Amino acid sequence: MKFSLSWLKEYIDTDKNLDEILHWLTMVGLEVEKVEDQTQLVKDFVVGHIVDAKPHPDADRLKVLRVKTGIEILEVVCGAPNARSDMKGIFACNGSYIPGLDVTLKTTKIRGVTSNGMMLSEREVNLSDDHEGIIEVPNKLETGSSAAEALGLTDIIIDIAITPNRGDCLGIYGIARDLAAAGVGILKPIKIPDIKGGFESPIKVNLNFNDADKDACPIFTGRYIRNVKNGESPQWLKDKISAVGLRPISALVDITNYMTIAHCRPLHVFDADKINGNINIRLAQAGEKLLALDGKEYNLDDKMTVIADDHNAEALAGVMGGENSGVSKKTINVMLETAYFDPVRTAATGRKLNLQSDARFRFERGVDPAFLNDATEIATQMILDICGGEASKIINVGQEPDWRKKYFLTNSRIEKLGGVEVAPDRTQEILEKLGFEVSKVDGGWETITPSWRYDIAGEADLVEEVLRINGFDNIPIVPLEREGSLPKGAINLTQDRRSRTRRTLAHRGLTEAVTFSFLSTEHADLFGGSPKNIELVNPISSELDIMRPSILPNLINAIGRNSDKGYNNTSLFEIGPQFSGENPNDENIVAAGIRSQQAKLRTWNEAARDVDVFDVKADVLAVLNQIGGPVASPQVMQGAASWYHPGKSGTFQLGPQKIIAYFGDIHPAVLKAMNISIPMVAFEIYLDNAPIPKNAVNARPPINISTLQALERDFAFVIEEAITADQVVRAAFIADRQLIADVTVFDIFKGKTLETGNVSIGITVKFQPKEATLTEDEIENTCKKIISNVSKQTGGVLRG
Amino acid sequence: MIDNIIVIKSEFSNLINDAENLEVLEEVRIAALGKKGRITSLMKNLGQMKPEERKSMGQNLNILKQEITNLLEIRKVELETTSLNARLHKERVDVTLPTRPEELGTIHPISQTTDELISIFGEMGFSVAEGPNIEEDWYNFTALNIPIDHPARQEHDTFYINAEKDGQRMVLRTHTSPVQIRTMQKHEPPIRIIVPGRTYRCDHDATHSPMFHQIEGLVIDETTHMGHLKGCLIEMCRTFFGIENLPVRFRPSYFPFTEPSAEVDIGCSFGNGILKIGEGDDWLEILGSGMVNPRVLENCGIDSQKFQGFAFGMGVERMAMLKYGIPDLRTFYDSDMRWLKHYGFQPFDIPSLVGRASL
Repeated sequence: MKFSLSWLKEYIDTDKNLDEILHWLTMVGLEVEKVEDQTQLVKDFVVGHIVDAKPHPDADRLKVLRVKTGIEILEVVCGAPNARSDMKGIFACNGSYIPGLDVTLKTTKIRGVTSNGMMLSEREVNLSDDHEGIIEVPNKLETGSSAAEALGLTDIIIDIAITPNRGDCLGIYGIARDLAAAGVGILKPIKIPDIKGGFESPIKVNLNFNDADKDACPIFTGRYIRNVKNGESPQWLKDKISAVGLRPISALVDITNYMTIAHCRPLHVFDADKINGNINIRLAQAGEKLLALDGKEYNLDDKMTVIADDHNAEALAGVMGGENSGVSKKTINVMLETAYFDPVRTAATGRKLNLQSDARFRFERGVDPAFLNDATEIATQMILDICGGEASKIINVGQEPDWRKKYFLTNSRIEKLGGVEVAPDRTQEILEKLGFEVSKVDGGWETITPSWRYDIAGEADLVEEVLRINGFDNIPIVPLEREGSLPKGAINLTQDRRSRTRRTLAHRGLTEAVTFSFLSTEHADLFGGSPKNIELVNPISSELDIMRPSILPNLINAIGRNSDKGYNNTSLFEIGPQFSGENPNDENIVAAGIRSQQAKLRTWNEAARDVDVFDVKADVLAVLNQIGGPVASPQVMQGAASWYHPGKSGTFQLGPQKIIAYFGDIHPAVLKAMNISIPMVAFEIYLDNAPIPKNAVNARPPINISTLQALERDFAFVIEEAITADQVVRAAFIADRQLIADVTVFDIFKGKTLETGNVSIGITVKFQPKEATLTEDEIENTCKKIISNVSKQTGGVLRG
Repeated sequence: MIDNIIVIKSEFSNLINDAENLEVLEEVRIAALGKKGRITSLMKNLGQMKPEERKSMGQNLNILKQEITNLLEIRKVELETTSLNARLHKERVDVTLPTRPEELGTIHPISQTTDELISIFGEMGFSVAEGPNIEEDWYNFTALNIPIDHPARQEHDTFYINAEKDGQRMVLRTHTSPVQIRTMQKHEPPIRIIVPGRTYRCDHDATHSPMFHQIEGLVIDETTHMGHLKGCLIEMCRTFFGIENLPVRFRPSYFPFTEPSAEVDIGCSFGNGILKIGEGDDWLEILGSGMVNPRVLENCGIDSQKFQGFAFGMGVERMAMLKYGIPDLRTFYDSDMRWLKHYGFQPFDIPSLVGRASL
């Protein structure tokens, strides 16, 4: 909301300076966004007196002026047709900045004559688009005096942000009211003229609604005014309107704009001679069309309110007038409309038609339903004063909607909620100055809201009014004490696991990324797909049109982009949600990661190595180890989800159902579909599936640290390829649960002397005696048990 | 005989001193003290001497043996040291060569900033609550006092999905505030939570991302008032930015779910086009806050005559941008390795108010 300081001061009597006014605007909740000092625009310019104007010796259209600047007389080359001797205009000396041209003036030679400055046109000072000639100012102005004074550019333009609840401050008078309440000055009452209409309006107004839709336009006020002359507005009105950024159009239009800016009261003037019959305010018919003042044709539906004559819709209620019945310079008779339109319907109409206007902006936030008659009177008077003519008797149709809302404000409420003591007199004063009807009763105040304050809907709103006008700065700062002297810990086990996972993975060399929760359907489909239910109705692009079923596609893309830029061998992870449906339970927090290209780079002392499934298996194990509990040693199964290489992937699971993690090479077909040509391995850890241990105790079981020496024995078994290493290791392990402390695989060997389909696996078994040193016999026995158990469980044969 | 001992001593001392390496020294030892060595032989002869002679000669020989042994030992250590030094000198490597590469990942600034804020609010007795990204209209809007036709809804630029609940399309939450509602429905006051999480708005330009992060806070009990709101947020701002006297301003504003509502600004300056947080002429908005609207409490089945409190919300990316000088919002989600390495954090930079004097 833009307004000028001088216009504001028409409504508030204040001795406060600009800084104080700006401070109070912000501190009552009308946040100042921008302040513009008009004088700054023309501060370098002065009134210049053209002493004489002679033809340029070498150019027919140019003149050489001698301009008195108040300090000296300078020669200036000028092309303006209106430049003549003994005229005064606005002079810019060399070195000054010309805003309309965006240049800084320098001495220049024009066709051999030196020009020492410039006489300015309106366009050159950004006053208007006029570039026909130079600005003329009255000769009585002193030569060398300030251009700002001469041009009336002495105002300060203030732009404030209006929150959706403060429709009443979309008019300058409303702003003045808030400032006055805060003690910035005294609010001046508005003078309401009392106009006696001389005749009945020849056009009748009907509100044609059935009961269900009556609230679309409950009340209409207006006047028929005949024999007006719709010329240009007087300078004071043009200045006011242009100062707030509106273009002066014609007196009648400017007057309606004046009412909008000054009083937040959008109204409309119809060319009465274009109205066929009477005015009927009604719902539009489906399929009805209206050519609006913006030159566009709109298709209406039966939820929209229109102002129509006996034949056609002539205006979109509360949004925009129609082209057909708009006023022009030729307009003679007019119909002034001041109506109240339902905020909800107005907003819906504007939204549906994608049509924004100053009127809609105000109607959808609610204009004052009790300010129709007065507004009509003010506007009528302005029209009569500026355009002449004769006004009809006032037209009043319908009934003012009931806006009175009663709320009780308890004495203690302000201090209890606000933490500040406000004197009862001050409380009452604030509310009254804001326009509430207030009566002191036992225990508090009975209040009735002002007609312009829709937003007040309860006691808490009254508290807010008092607190904000009294100043938030006056609320004492109180520390928020916590219960107990020590903090209790802010995160639960699940959240702690995510945090550990994050820092574990980063420590293992993966870099954390954060990517969008949505992606393209095409990518979703490569990773199991997302149900139609979680497709976005209004995505910002087709690349981001569905909730992700997996984090991996985003990471794969990101690594691809990095690789395209020459950043290779990168590893990324993300911890975030993936979605399998619209319910809260369908969101799973997953830690997903990708390693790409080389796991080890070629260096002076080591050979390079590509990433493989065991890199990501190690990532998963490191995370599971951090998470702890039963997931530290899950079961690993061959193969994973469909987007993994079926042979080079695995699944960690707890029991037959609960999947803890997938890991492995990304399926080559998936990479191809995503246009990725570098190798990638991936993991997905379903953190939410890790069980939460019950009855966690701090104390650990006792440990028996044997003083006896451990010893190791190596075995090599020939097994069928279908047998897994894990089966061999487990078989060895359980051969003697008491004695065997560890089994590790140290060798895998295929081919050469082995039959096709067979593999040799070398394992080291560690024996840890607990009570006595092992005898050779005992060792021999245990080895036999291992060999026999491996043979029994896996068919493995000890290699000779 | 005594003369003989002196000669032997002198002879072997010279041989020991002249030994160039351990092998030669060993030969000298054998020549002196070996089974057939000179000294050993003399000692063997002692038995044939007269008792008085044997006694004095025996003593002298023992001394000689001891002296030669000592000399041998000293020379051995000398030679060993020399030989070790020579070997070590040969074993020299070029230590300017690079080490085996070890990759260390980084923590994303969004995670780090979230953790920092959790550590601050955790000290004030808040605990972390979470809720779904896909929300019902009622939780995201209606329960928060934003009815269907409220102008504030338009400002939210909501993403909708196909699924419906109670006849309304479900939304991607536009703020973390629905978690307030879910928490208040589930737990009796006192409540003191913060809610970090992903939020979504249908807007994409230089300063807007369709997805971003918020941290929401909620305090509900019987006595918390606006003075506490100020105390809590001033302390948070000063600790987060590590500026003890950071100016913090509370300015009336409007949010449908709080009444009164305040926006929170921190002091800053824009000298030479560079933003500096701290004292200055300008203000920078960083938080929305207010006393929880009684209607919101009632919507959650909480008696608004008895209970009250405050709520606040802030953008995590914005806090990170301001604290760490990150200029562009959109770069947070680009996953550009150079950016992630530059603005990311070490894995062990774990925020804690007790770990360091300031964050």
